[in-house]
Amino acid sequence: MRLLIIYIVLFVFAYILQRQLCKGPNKTAATQTVTFGDEKSIKPNRLASALSIATLFLLWAAFTGSTLTPIHVPGPFIGNTSFNYTATNADMEKATATVFINVSKPGEQVDKPQTSDTKASGFAHDDGASVQAWRSTLIRAHKNDLGGKDKTYKIIAINNQPIEAEQSVIVEHGVVTMTSKGSLSFTPDKGWQMEPIWLPSPEAVFHRLIEIATDGYQNVGLFENIGWSLLRVIAGLLLGCLIGIPLGYAMGLSSWFRGWFDPIVEFMRPVPPLALIPLIIIWFGIWETGKISLLFLAALWIMTIAARSGVSGTSLSKVHAAYSLGASKFQVLVHVIIPNSLAEIFTGARVAMGVCWGTVVAAELVAAEKGAGKMIIAASKFQQTDIVIMGIILIGIIGYGIDLLMRRAERWLIPWKGRV
Amino acid sequence: MAESETQLSIKNISMSFELPGKGLVEAIKDVSLSINHGELISVLGPSGCGKTTLLNIIAGFLQPSQGQILLNQRAISSPGADRGMVFQQGALFEWMNVANNIGFGLKMQHVDKPKIQQRVEALLDMVGLQGFGNKHIYELSGGMQQRVALARCLANNPDIILMDEPLGALDALTREKMQELILQIWHKTNTTIILITHSVEEALLLGQRLIVMAPRPGRIFREFTPPFAHHSRQHSLRNLKKQTDFVDYREQILSMIWDMEEEIMGSSN
Repeated sequence: MRLLIIYIVLFVFAYILQRQLCKGPNKTAATQTVTFGDEKSIKPNRLASALSIATLFLLWAAFTGSTLTPIHVPGPFIGNTSFNYTATNADMEKATATVFINVSKPGEQVDKPQTSDTKASGFAHDDGASVQAWRSTLIRAHKNDLGGKDKTYKIIAINNQPIEAEQSVIVEHGVVTMTSKGSLSFTPDKGWQMEPIWLPSPEAVFHRLIEIATDGYQNVGLFENIGWSLLRVIAGLLLGCLIGIPLGYAMGLSSWFRGWFDPIVEFMRPVPPLALIPLIIIWFGIWETGKISLLFLAALWIMTIAARSGVSGTSLSKVHAAYSLGASKFQVLVHVIIPNSLAEIFTGARVAMGVCWGTVVAAELVAAEKGAGKMIIAASKFQQTDIVIMGIILIGIIGYGIDLLMRRAERWLIPWKGRV
Repeated sequence: MAESETQLSIKNISMSFELPGKGLVEAIKDVSLSINHGELISVLGPSGCGKTTLLNIIAGFLQPSQGQILLNQRAISSPGADRGMVFQQGALFEWMNVANNIGFGLKMQHVDKPKIQQRVEALLDMVGLQGFGNKHIYELSGGMQQRVALARCLANNPDIILMDEPLGALDALTREKMQELILQIWHKTNTTIILITHSVEEALLLGQRLIVMAPRPGRIFREFTPPFAHHSRQHSLRNLKKQTDFVDYREQILSMIWDMEEEIMGSSN
């Protein structure tokens, strides 16, 4: 919630700043006066994109106490603190003692502080405790007090503020809560930062990336993991194209094929590939055959429909022109219909690639020996959040990279697209 | 005209379509026409008079319900390279460059590459696109694209060229230049041309015979033999348009089509 508000504030701040800075009168290029409502004139502001990415990283770093940024939101309390407690015994005598607490960084073990009864009075004795940031610790204050095990012994106040079972008192650097059995529990201040187990800092993720890239994770190299995922996607997509494209052409060229396969394609198209995983596991097992079959099915219908609409997108006058130039049916297919449908097929392949990439990760989450999905599900079981985040970022970057490559290839192979 | 024997004879063609909800619609009823070698015929008529249907039947894309068409004494049943087509727009192959578009028909008939190249060069010259062979279709303007379409159709040396409103999408100035080009090519190659058009001026200027079709059912309404296509050897098209008999022809045909349109409006109300 806090994070969202800060994000919105930063967004508004950046927008206003940009408006102020870019107001300069030196407009040389012709500018349109009407852009609101003219969708074509809305181009992404690259400054905004850069700032957006920078803001995300800044927030990430600021909320994880990263060393990469000088600005941080308040972190958890780390250091020494103490609070007093007051107890009564059977004789209704009151006694006060101090609990000294050492709060350490997460993952560090620190000894309990030595206590010397300097501030203690009566039957109560000082206590020492240690706790890691973001954790809480149970303090058995009664244990070393005289008569502390009597039923009549009772802690009644913390720092002179009365306390009862299941109530809390805010003390310096933390909160003291009394359990239902009368023990004390201390939780140090958490601050605004995220616990590394929730969100590790950017540099932790980066170090983990380098570590896994060189040493691998669970005896499997990073590139091996990603390579396997890519290999499965490519195998599935190629198979899908191999069957789907001819099927789509047949459906676009023959009414018998169209009628025969239409119900199957229309039924299978809305079934999400993930819903097929259980059936695929039953039929083909969890290993490569199963995964590639799943990806094949994910790609097949998309490619079939793309090829079919590629055929129906061929304008009749082109086909007529080819026939009246003396082309045979086969020549019309090879020289007119196939080149004309390339654009649709490419779009289909891009969609299929995206779907396959998503499906392969999900399939690997279910079962795999190697793969990007397997790596992150294994890491999540050991609460290695840095590996999970690294994996997600890599999966995103690779997916984006693939799409970029496909678009580049499309522009190279189909230069006439969108220009006729 | 050296050869004047009949090249294309259209014999009692009728064509009816089944329209959902409307029953049988007669697009063309009992149309007969014979066209001689080397004639340039323009076909004019209000929309729905079946002129495009007639052209598609001649091209072999449609089978008539009744009657038959003979090209050089042989009946037409399917499209073929002996009848070239020029469409309004978008019938060029964007995935090929200009030269490959023009050479497409020859390539389909497995003509040798050097021969195709030679022919393509000559055709580029004829349509005024010298040096444009390597350009892509999307780099050309609309008028240039129609020049390519014309050249592509000429490459096969067709017996007859069918033009379906080839200049309909062009601006007025380009249109006039293209009209001159069509006349030039006709004078040079002496190919039979059937030209469908919406423009009365174009039909008058280019048509050696002008056929006005009427709708419901589609039929030949009247035939004219304007002299302007022959005069275009000596006079520019712009001068021809100023002549009083041109203006008279135009007014006569315009009012004829106007009346037909009025009739359609009246009967549909």
